[in-house]
Amino acid sequence: MFDLNIQKQFTSSGFALDVRLQSDARRLVLLGPSGAGKSLTLKTVAGLLTPDRGHIRIGGRLLFDAQQQLDLPPQARQLGYLFQDYALFPHLNVRQNIGFALRGGLRNPRRDAAPDRVNYWLERFELSHCAGSYPHQLSGGQKQRVALARALAGEPKALLLDEPFAALDQQLRQQLRSDLFQLLTQLQLPLLLITHDASDAEVLGQQVIELQQGRLCARSGGKAAQSAVISAAVCSG
Amino acid sequence: MDWRAIELSLWVAGIATLLNLILGGSLAYLLARRDFAGKSLLEALLTLPMVLPPTVVGYYLLVLLGRHSAIGSALESWFDIRLIFTIEGAIIAATVVTFPLVLKPARAAFEAVDLQLVQAAKVLGLSNLAVFCRISLPLAWRGILAGLMLAFARAMGEFGATLMLAGSIPGKTQTLSIAIYEAVQAGDQHSANTLVLVTSGLCIVLLLLASWLTKPASSLR
Repeated sequence: MFDLNIQKQFTSSGFALDVRLQSDARRLVLLGPSGAGKSLTLKTVAGLLTPDRGHIRIGGRLLFDAQQQLDLPPQARQLGYLFQDYALFPHLNVRQNIGFALRGGLRNPRRDAAPDRVNYWLERFELSHCAGSYPHQLSGGQKQRVALARALAGEPKALLLDEPFAALDQQLRQQLRSDLFQLLTQLQLPLLLITHDASDAEVLGQQVIELQQGRLCARSGGKAAQSAVISAAVCSG
Repeated sequence: MDWRAIELSLWVAGIATLLNLILGGSLAYLLARRDFAGKSLLEALLTLPMVLPPTVVGYYLLVLLGRHSAIGSALESWFDIRLIFTIEGAIIAATVVTFPLVLKPARAAFEAVDLQLVQAAKVLGLSNLAVFCRISLPLAWRGILAGLMLAFARAMGEFGATLMLAGSIPGKTQTLSIAIYEAVQAGDQHSANTLVLVTSGLCIVLLLLASWLTKPASSLR
């Protein structure tokens, strides 16, 4: 499912990212403390950052290959991305946010636009009652669901989640974690999730890999451990 | 009462602001979103007209665009266009002087747009142009408009550069500030008073509008 070889030297901060792994797991979790390079890894997979060397292949699709000089722009990678603080568009309501990807033109969807796919996700995530609300009027849990719906409405080929529950309280976190697990099992979408919370890894990861200071340490775990081939760099302290 | 000065000023300021919207807006977006070699130098050059005394700016324009300059003589021989002592010259003077007044707020407005929103829109499949039209512009337009209003107010009162490049020809290039100056010189208190009141009133209205636009709103719509 995941074949990643991401090497990047950040000249301004001196940080070196070296993530090399191959995994058959459908749900892969990168676990690590702040500053380990998790967000950077996710951003390169999404195409928002470009590695110096390596390649990125997800579900058989080649997204980046330095040697072949292939670098698909983020627009073409067909991935769903959930930002840590959701990045909901403040000037658009819930309906418009979710339906954002469904319109390719230069104009935003109308405030009352209700394509089927938007309604589907509104109902699925129980957001119908606040469909006309704006992001600043929503609770943390609602924002998270809107962000997820927005990512899924575009029918991505894989999901990238950046600390999806970091901004939520413990109870909500547990609830949404199990909701997400059920959703993912149903959708069968490849998932790459980054987090510092071991419980996230425990519940959601088929395979968990630790990331520290830009490099990997191997660690298997999660609900259904599957065999996987990992070529990992040595874990640094 | 000769209203030509006011009409002229409105026209000159209007065109100058429109030109700056296009030039300043696009450059502001470029500066806000991209890094390139020589960026700092470019920024300094673009801000210069705001810092230099207007007469100095006017002199530079005269040297660059006057009848004996490379550009000026080319324009005159090929297109029969003359820039000095014409309303077009007044427009150019006003545009150049007020350019930084549009560039700076526009750039700040674009930079204030959270980069993550732009990134989210890209991952969702939008082209760069679509991202600009659907995310950056809707979130930045208030700041840009506030800058445009200040630029308009400043262009209305432009004196030094305009006088240098366009002169003081009543009905053709004698804009508000120049007209006030001439009126005072000629001892015409009545005209001077009227013109000054009109200018002041207009500036106050524009300032109020600009501050209302940039007031932090509870919702970012």
